[in-house]
Amino acid sequence: MNDVILQLDSISKSFDGKMVIDNLDLEIKRNEFVTLLGPSGCGKSTTLRIIGGFAKPDTGRVLFNGKDITNLSPDKRNINTVFQKYSLFPHMTVEENIAFGLKLKHKSAQYIKDKIAYALKLVNMDHYGKRRPESLSGGQQQRVAIARAIVNEPDILLLDEPLGALDLKLRHSMQRELIKIKQEVGITFVYVTHDQEEALTMSDRIVVMNKGIIQQMGTSKSIYDEPQNAFVADFIGDSNIIDGVMVMDRLVEIQGTRIPCVDEGFGTNELVDVVIRPEDLKIVDAEKGYLKGMVVSIIFKGAYYEIKVRVQDYEWSIQSVNPATIGATVGLTILPENIQIMHKPLSVDAEVVKEDE
Amino acid sequence: MVKKILDWISRCYMGLIIFFLYAPMIVLVVLSFNDSKSRVVWGGFTLNWYQKMFDSTQIMEALRTTFVLAFSSAGIATVIGVMAALGIHAMRQRNYNLTMIMTNIPMLNADIVTGIALMLWFVKFMPLSFMTVLLAHITFNIPYVILSVMPKIKQMNVSIYEAARDLGAGSVYAFVKIILPQLTGGILSGFLMALTMSMDDFVITYFTKGAGVNTLSTMIYGELRKGIKPEMYALSTLIFATVFVILLLTNYISGMKEKENEKKNRRSML
Repeated sequence: MNDVILQLDSISKSFDGKMVIDNLDLEIKRNEFVTLLGPSGCGKSTTLRIIGGFAKPDTGRVLFNGKDITNLSPDKRNINTVFQKYSLFPHMTVEENIAFGLKLKHKSAQYIKDKIAYALKLVNMDHYGKRRPESLSGGQQQRVAIARAIVNEPDILLLDEPLGALDLKLRHSMQRELIKIKQEVGITFVYVTHDQEEALTMSDRIVVMNKGIIQQMGTSKSIYDEPQNAFVADFIGDSNIIDGVMVMDRLVEIQGTRIPCVDEGFGTNELVDVVIRPEDLKIVDAEKGYLKGMVVSIIFKGAYYEIKVRVQDYEWSIQSVNPATIGATVGLTILPENIQIMHKPLSVDAEVVKEDE
Repeated sequence: MVKKILDWISRCYMGLIIFFLYAPMIVLVVLSFNDSKSRVVWGGFTLNWYQKMFDSTQIMEALRTTFVLAFSSAGIATVIGVMAALGIHAMRQRNYNLTMIMTNIPMLNADIVTGIALMLWFVKFMPLSFMTVLLAHITFNIPYVILSVMPKIKQMNVSIYEAARDLGAGSVYAFVKIILPQLTGGILSGFLMALTMSMDDFVITYFTKGAGVNTLSTMIYGELRKGIKPEMYALSTLIFATVFVILLLTNYISGMKEKENEKKNRRSML
């Protein structure tokens, strides 16, 4: 049996002449936890709506187990959604909410009762069955929404920024619970978020999107460690992104200094983007580093200090467990394998876009 | 001490306002039981005028017309108004604003202008009759329904419709089971408002009605030219009492509902 449960085949979608999704191809495997990650307006929610059947692509096909479901309405798809705003039915109790889908499938009363009990237990809401949604907190409502979707035993569960409205602490505990639920029910999760930390924590695979185009796909680790372009590097975690020149294989020139690296195949004297994570830069004595600059600011962040060092016209961001003195001249050093070299973007679409744009 | 005086003054003020609001009504009610045609002399208690009122085919006919007109125009306007409100809500901001202004203008427009305009329009196509009055009433009722349903639609999280579809409901089922229950309050108050507006209207009815068609208001107006008969007091008293009872009832029902909800939530919290 084919391992691919859902396939998006060159999907395009535009609203008012504005391209939201541009020729997108994506395959989702059975039982996978895939996260669509990107800033608002990147097309991730629209992609999810197309999978759910709430939007029709202008061109392209949606294949479910190899069958074309592009024009199938949402109620005919064995896919359920957990919406951003919970979307519980306010005039029904928690139990009635959960039973809604099952009643439509004409399940027996006993079956529905058992399912409700099971689902409420799964989301830790055992004693809330008789309550009305408005008497529940945001986190509780979201749990009910998850229970309501899961009882239908969908093949794919779509989650549209389900934790977006919750506070940080609750978000963290819900992330752990979602992973637990995923393991328990064993269905495919397609998760949409703009929160890179959420994506890194939960996903088997992350799809980074921007301007309707997939920028990079891969595991959390590969996305974080080897961003393929400046957008991904900037969007995932903090990064120093600076212009460089690839002098030759394994040697890059940054701010007039030649530094060894491990990348090959970029040609000679090629203009490139260089990405260095703040935690990979080390502060050393002024004469011992590759780069020499002045400490301009230092912020205590709990587990580390965030230090800014100005070298020529660029401010490097450094995370260090040791403090530094503002105004001191220091050197910066880095291991060759921690330097990430990327091609300059060929189109404007891959240009760096700030997260809050 | 000063506080006591202020308290007393504010109570008197309140009492005065209520007195002026209700005194005319009380006079009317008293006169409807007065066994004398005079408006200043108390001739003893009687139900004579009520008797006469119920015996008058003219009054009964007008009453029937008024109710048929009110219920059918309010009913039809409610259906159209709810659909319109849902449609307008789905519009983009610019079209939304434009359409809302357009629906609001007829409400602010002077009745006499609306009445004459509708009459001119109708006579072009059909003879004035009960039908034309009905059409006129539906027309001026629709904005009131839209106005009272719209806030409910705005409050509603529209994605619950998508949630219902997602869980396997067809479009009609999702609308009836999920969307309508959210709007019941607005629909009911829109219907009641339309009902009142229709019963209340004189000017537009007067211009658009055909010969022989009379609602209570146009009939009373016609009778007034011949002089006021005490049956009219009885009729007015009855209308006032009916409205009063309906008002008490709606308040009572909505109060009950709230209490019930509170109880439910409290019980499940234990």
